Amino acid sequence: MDPITWTGSLGPFLNPLILAAIVVFVLGFLAQLVLNFAGVKPGEVQINPDHTLTMTRSANDYALMAMKYAVMLFLACVVIMIIGGIVQSDLAAKGIIGGMGQQFLPVWIALIVIFALSINFKRKLGLYGKLFDSPIGMVGFFLVMFWMLTAVFANMIGTHGPIDVISQMRNEVPGTFLPNPDEGDYLVYLLGGDNLGRDVFSRMVFGAREVLKIAPAATLFAFMVGITLGLPAGYFGGKFDTALTFIANLVLAFPVILLFYLLVTPEIVASGIPTYMAAVLFLFPIIFFVILFNSRYFTQPMTRNIYIAITLVIGGWLYLGLAWDLDPLGVISMPGNILIVFVSVVFVNSPTVFRIVRGIVLDIKTRDYVAAGQTRGEGPWYIMLWEILPNARGPLIVDFCLRIGYTTILLGTLGFFGLGVSPESPDWGSTINEGRRLLTIYPHPALPPALALMTMVLGLNLLADGLREESLKD
Amino acid sequence: MGLFILKRFGVMILTALCLTFVVFFLTNLFPNLEKLAKTQGNARMTDAEVVSWLDNNGYGGPMITRYGQWLGVVPGWTRTDEETGEVTGRCIDFGMDPADAPRFCGMLQGDLGYSTVSDDEVSNIVGGRLLLTGKLMGWVLIVMIPSALIVGVLAGMREGSRLDRTLSTASIATTATPEYVSGVIFIVLLASSTAGISPWLAEQGWIDGRTLFLGSSRSAMDDITFWNFTLPVMTLALYGMGYIARMTRASMAEVMTAQYIRTARLKGVSFTKIVLKHALRNALIAPFTVIMLQIPWLLTGVVIVETLFNYNGFGWTLVQAASNNDIELLMSVSIVAVIVVLTTQLISDIGYVYLNPRIRIS
Repeated sequence: MDPITWTGSLGPFLNPLILAAIVVFVLGFLAQLVLNFAGVKPGEVQINPDHTLTMTRSANDYALMAMKYAVMLFLACVVIMIIGGIVQSDLAAKGIIGGMGQQFLPVWIALIVIFALSINFKRKLGLYGKLFDSPIGMVGFFLVMFWMLTAVFANMIGTHGPIDVISQMRNEVPGTFLPNPDEGDYLVYLLGGDNLGRDVFSRMVFGAREVLKIAPAATLFAFMVGITLGLPAGYFGGKFDTALTFIANLVLAFPVILLFYLLVTPEIVASGIPTYMAAVLFLFPIIFFVILFNSRYFTQPMTRNIYIAITLVIGGWLYLGLAWDLDPLGVISMPGNILIVFVSVVFVNSPTVFRIVRGIVLDIKTRDYVAAGQTRGEGPWYIMLWEILPNARGPLIVDFCLRIGYTTILLGTLGFFGLGVSPESPDWGSTINEGRRLLTIYPHPALPPALALMTMVLGLNLLADGLREESLKD
Repeated sequence: MGLFILKRFGVMILTALCLTFVVFFLTNLFPNLEKLAKTQGNARMTDAEVVSWLDNNGYGGPMITRYGQWLGVVPGWTRTDEETGEVTGRCIDFGMDPADAPRFCGMLQGDLGYSTVSDDEVSNIVGGRLLLTGKLMGWVLIVMIPSALIVGVLAGMREGSRLDRTLSTASIATTATPEYVSGVIFIVLLASSTAGISPWLAEQGWIDGRTLFLGSSRSAMDDITFWNFTLPVMTLALYGMGYIARMTRASMAEVMTAQYIRTARLKGVSFTKIVLKHALRNALIAPFTVIMLQIPWLLTGVVIVETLFNYNGFGWTLVQAASNNDIELLMSVSIVAVIVVLTTQLISDIGYVYLNPRIRIS
């Protein structure tokens, strides 16, 4: 059987429209660029003597309008195609895009629910709600949520297992039918097969899970370390600050790729260094929460003891399991190669967070409310954690988003060099690396993970940009 | 100023010492040495044989002494074979009379050691590779800096305008596209004989070969042409460009709100003249620092791009040395990398002080 087409039965109708939309968009863009350089100004609103408004439109405005409608037409076509894929039952009629649209159905439903709720209640949701005032932030949020939800629903979305091999499907083009499908198998490889005959689409979907399992958690840990060290360094200053800053600069001066090559090897895992590094780095979240609760409930010993006991029990349990692999209940553990990847990413990221936090603290500690707190007799840790930190949240949240993106890129780099991941892992970096060897002949195995990684990082960057813009507004 | 530079220089040397020691420590951990012994000697060595092989080849003894030997502040090891009476040592090259050999031979004496994998002096390897990477970096900087500055200035001169939004979003997009993604996309689009635009161009008869650009830069090591070198340069330049452009934009936007720009405007100076004559010089101070600090960042990119495009430069050497645990080669590579990082930091600090009239260090 011939491979199914990209657009399926709607293709003859939608393809010309999509092509037209793209052509109009490009023409409009070029026209607008030329007009701008030629000095044609966009039209302006004039106030007439009788208090009515007249809007004049120049050629520039028409070009922009054409671009806007072209984008809307394009999006409408894509939406129709996805709906077509969901409604139609025959695979050849769905087309590849429709088929993928149908597989992503749980993601679409969840996205619609999230967006509808958020936009409805955006005035009550603080900074998160304000995000929905900025188009860029919304696009970013959409992309990030898309991949988050894909990671969550990966089992429902993936058409085949990430490491299921069908050797006849080696390097087959997108939309190829399986040679002899079993009962209940998905009939085609939507995005083709890779060099071993695995389904590219499913590997991309499960890759999202691999990446999102590590990147946000590692960034969070890096923030814990950076905040726990950066607050006192900025607040107290002195020798402590000098020493920590020197160490931070030391780590920052280390070429990242060299560090990864030195740290993420089986020999280093054998020598036990990752465990020691994890033992140090994973202590910081516990220290952070203990100090946080201690400074807050210092005057109520009973409450304080309860909170600290809870922190120590849960934190200690996780700590033993994650860092030392000694969980008494045997539930929590981390394989050695994942641990070393996690630890190195935290290690590389925390000095930067440290510098950011220190800089912000140096700025905020001169404010009046800090002086007021000091006069009231508040302890230094209370001031740092409950006066300064909440006021530093804006830049920190923005940097958090950016840093998850950066961590994703780092993880991709590690996968690209085959460091620390198991050879069959579907994470995006390794898949790109596997696909690049035959890239000029078979481009389809490497492109989907590359585009996935790009859209996800782009989403995080746009989200950060939207958040920054909105948080600066008040 | 002199004192400032001296102080920075001191910190720099201390940093370099710490970093090289860390690299030395990590490459000389026992599991790594064991692997080295087994690849150099015999793959089926017992543990005792491994230890004796390491002792015989100067890998015994405390780590700090060996680091000193590598650095050239501790005399190189020598060992007399008990049976033959032959003297071997760190500083004794093959066929050299032990009496003639120098006592110290380390980094400070200019002896970078011997690459166990390539069977050649490290200094012979590193020099040529650095030259290749230097060419790549040179072209990247030539492409990246002007385009980033132009994009940044155009975006920042009218903050919030449509041009600004478009260019800023484009810069965000380039920073979100790491080299291994953009490289793959470029190869598929421009250098694949089955996909992208090359087949179409070839059909039209507009290009001579089968592809618009070459997906591998192996031939660029001998002879750089537009055909084989565009893609690696483009890939590297694109990722670094977005960040510099955004910094330039921020700096330009800040300058454009300054009082003296308003004064110039009220005096009736034309907008082009304001941008070029009044704003540009002040707006370019901050990007200078960013560009200098971007060079170490390019290092990671260089490693990726050289691997992706098969260009055997410095980054490729780093990958080879690290994956084969070629200790002395890796040490030299990291020395070079650390020096590059620290020098660019120093230059950016000093340059910032020089360029910015508001900062005076007495």
